[in-house]
Amino acid sequence: MKTLFDCKKACKVKVIKLNAESELKQRFISFGIMKNAELEVLQHTARKSTVEIKVGSMQIALRSDEAKLIEVEKI
Amino acid sequence: MIDQAKVCPVTAKHIKVALVGQPNVGKSMLINSVSNAHLHVGNFTGVTVEKTEVLFDYKDYHFTIVDLPGTYALNDYTIEERVTHGYLTSNDYDLIINVVDSTNLAKNLQLTSELLTLGKKVVIALNMTDEAEKEGIEINSEYMSELLGVECVKTSAQTKLGIKELLESLIKNYESEYKNSKLIFSEAVEEEISHISSYLQKHKYIAENTYRNIAINLLKNDKLTYAKLHDEPLWTELQPVLVEASKHVELHHLNDDIKEVFAEEYAAFNKGVVAEVLKEKVKIQERTLTEKIDDVLIHPFAGIPIFLFLMWSLFQLTFEIGSIPMDWIDAFFGWAGDTIGATIANEDVRSLIVDGIIAGVGAVVLFVPNIVILFIGIALLESTGYMSRVAFLLDGFFHKFGMHGQSFIPLVTGFGCSIPAYMSARILKNDRDRLLTLFVIGFMSCGARLPVYVLFAGAFFSEEMAGNVLFGIYVGGAMIGLIAAKILKLTAFKGVDEPFVMEMPKYRLPSLKLVWHTVVTKTWMYLKKAGTFIAAASMLIWFLSSYPKNIELQDSYATKIEFAKTDEQKTILQNRLAEELLEKSYLGQVGKFTEPIFAPLGFDWKMNVALQTGLAAKEVVVSTLGVLYSLGDEVDEENSSLKNIISREISFASAMAFIVVVMVYLPCLAASIVFTREAGHIKYFFYLLGFTSVVAYLLGFITYSVSLLL
Ligand SMILES: Nc1nc2c(ncn2[C@@H]2O[C@H](COP(=O)(O)OP(=O)(O)OP(=O)(O)O)[C@@H](O)[C@H]2O)c(=O)[nH]1
Ligand SMILES: [Mg+2]
Repeated sequence: MKTLFDCKKACKVKVIKLNAESELKQRFISFGIMKNAELEVLQHTARKSTVEIKVGSMQIALRSDEAKLIEVEKI
Repeated sequence: MIDQAKVCPVTAKHIKVALVGQPNVGKSMLINSVSNAHLHVGNFTGVTVEKTEVLFDYKDYHFTIVDLPGTYALNDYTIEERVTHGYLTSNDYDLIINVVDSTNLAKNLQLTSELLTLGKKVVIALNMTDEAEKEGIEINSEYMSELLGVECVKTSAQTKLGIKELLESLIKNYESEYKNSKLIFSEAVEEEISHISSYLQKHKYIAENTYRNIAINLLKNDKLTYAKLHDEPLWTELQPVLVEASKHVELHHLNDDIKEVFAEEYAAFNKGVVAEVLKEKVKIQERTLTEKIDDVLIHPFAGIPIFLFLMWSLFQLTFEIGSIPMDWIDAFFGWAGDTIGATIANEDVRSLIVDGIIAGVGAVVLFVPNIVILFIGIALLESTGYMSRVAFLLDGFFHKFGMHGQSFIPLVTGFGCSIPAYMSARILKNDRDRLLTLFVIGFMSCGARLPVYVLFAGAFFSEEMAGNVLFGIYVGGAMIGLIAAKILKLTAFKGVDEPFVMEMPKYRLPSLKLVWHTVVTKTWMYLKKAGTFIAAASMLIWFLSSYPKNIELQDSYATKIEFAKTDEQKTILQNRLAEELLEKSYLGQVGKFTEPIFAPLGFDWKMNVALQTGLAAKEVVVSTLGVLYSLGDEVDEENSSLKNIISREISFASAMAFIVVVMVYLPCLAASIVFTREAGHIKYFFYLLGFTSVVAYLLGFITYSVSLLL
């Protein structure tokens, strides 16, 4: 299983499943991170503690813990 | 702006509009350009955290527009989102303006879809049209209105485009009947909607909302709709129907999370709408400007050093540029004191005006240039979009100390003033994170403390060093804050870490007008405070430090001075008299009384008093020092600037300890009140009082002891 956390910079992926609990899942969804959405990893901090991704034309920052909850596949 | 013709109060119609949209789409700015309000605008999410009403008249109508905090969806994730949702269900308004960001249409329409079933008339403002045009995005608003069944108006809060059209559309909608929107779902869902609607129809259920909307809300498990129907007689029959309907929908989607199902339904519908109405003229570039800037500013290794460098430059500027007009202001107040003083015959009145008001207010006004530079720095940070980047950069670091990356936003606001900072802590979802942040905000030195630092840094360090010292003080304060956070997290606020998911706004060139306006408003408030509150406080301090008059002491010195042989001796005696008179005054007695408490920190009684009066407002610290040192030091005209007196009368070690104590002790009265309100219980105030006092005392003591060794 591959998650967003495993993606390197500039890698483009598609969301398969969100493993977050309901509240956080709602948040992901309202940010456009939902099934079949396409994400791109833009940047991450030195020790990969925080990741910046792009969904549509919007940029979102999330922590590695949250990135691990997003199951993805390469496109 | 719209002409503000007065409307007849009797015949006018009142229209109350709720302004709703996702964060950072320009809601507050849109109100500012419709009316002449000056709501706080900034380029990050969570600027508005409380509802604010703005009133204005247009044609024959009284408009009340309610600016609400931005919300991504109606699901109460954070406190400020709860404010919005709560207001929307309160039924206290006529229409909704749904502000959307034209450059990010699909995502914004997700919220729109939720709003469309509330049963309220909606007008969509397609904001940021100017930006969309620049990016080559064109939206056919007429077609979009037709597809959604709701009026869509292109606007730009920046260029004031479409403002009149928006108001006209509001009036038109206000005067017409409510219509169902044309929001359409997948076949399975539509089937169940009509099923449930016909049920309601059959039972002639009486409701404000339309049957279709009620059916949709029931299907998506809306708590309020459920609660309402739950007490109705038809519920017993309706419930099994609903259970079946949900099952059908869930089965169809192969997903038992109904919220997610609806999000997908909305997304599918909106995707269709966007595909129809939106045209991208130019092929979007591979990488946007924002991404390119981000490559540098949030670079894994260079990001934090760049941030530190920018901060360092800001404090360097505060000192270098700030000191130029400061000399003029200082000279002006010196001159004003002399000239005005010379015209007043009565000794007491002269002293009140010159040593009380002019010295006290002058000491505060002196630092206006520094304050202005600090405010400009904060305004730039807020309006460019860099703020969220720093939150991103620091999240990993903050996390180690038990703080949330988003805490950075209230903390930075705290460098200006703690009061809005306490309010903006509402953007933190979790109560524990929020309380922790509330406790730490006080460690971020607010603008009102800047004068103390500038004064002491200028008095004890060379000009080249003073800027660095200032930077050090702020960084030091922040570090102490983080350590305090760690301690609190390990003891008082234990708990799991909250997720960090944050939108990073586009970089925007700050509008000069906006920055100018914010800085002028804040500076004006500072000056106004100096002219009113600080002037009054200075008078009080003057009074408390000039009375009771000690005639005996004056007489005994009068004879001594008369018999003094040289002028030099006379001066010494006069100084000693002034000093002793001051010590015998009311304030002197208080200071002397509390002196033992502060003795381990090396403070003289004047410094004690300044710290205590500073509890009212931090500006009062310097104005108290101004009054006390100008009363006690009347002679020696050459070197009478406060900075010089202080460097002469206070030892280096005491000064350092004083800076540290000012850095961490209790915020001012007004801030403490807001703190207590935001924390939700008076007990937190006592925690704060105890916590800051202990930390301030300990650190002050350590600083004093270490500095003595240097
Ligand atoms: N170019 C352009 N920029 C805009 C427009 N409207 C707003 N902005 C900018 O967008 C940013 C956000 O504006 P705000 O008015 O604070 O947004 P808001 O929707 O009130 O945000 P929250 O209160 O956080 O929900 C600011 O930097 C504005 O300068 C517009 O029409 N055109
Ligand atoms: Mg706002």
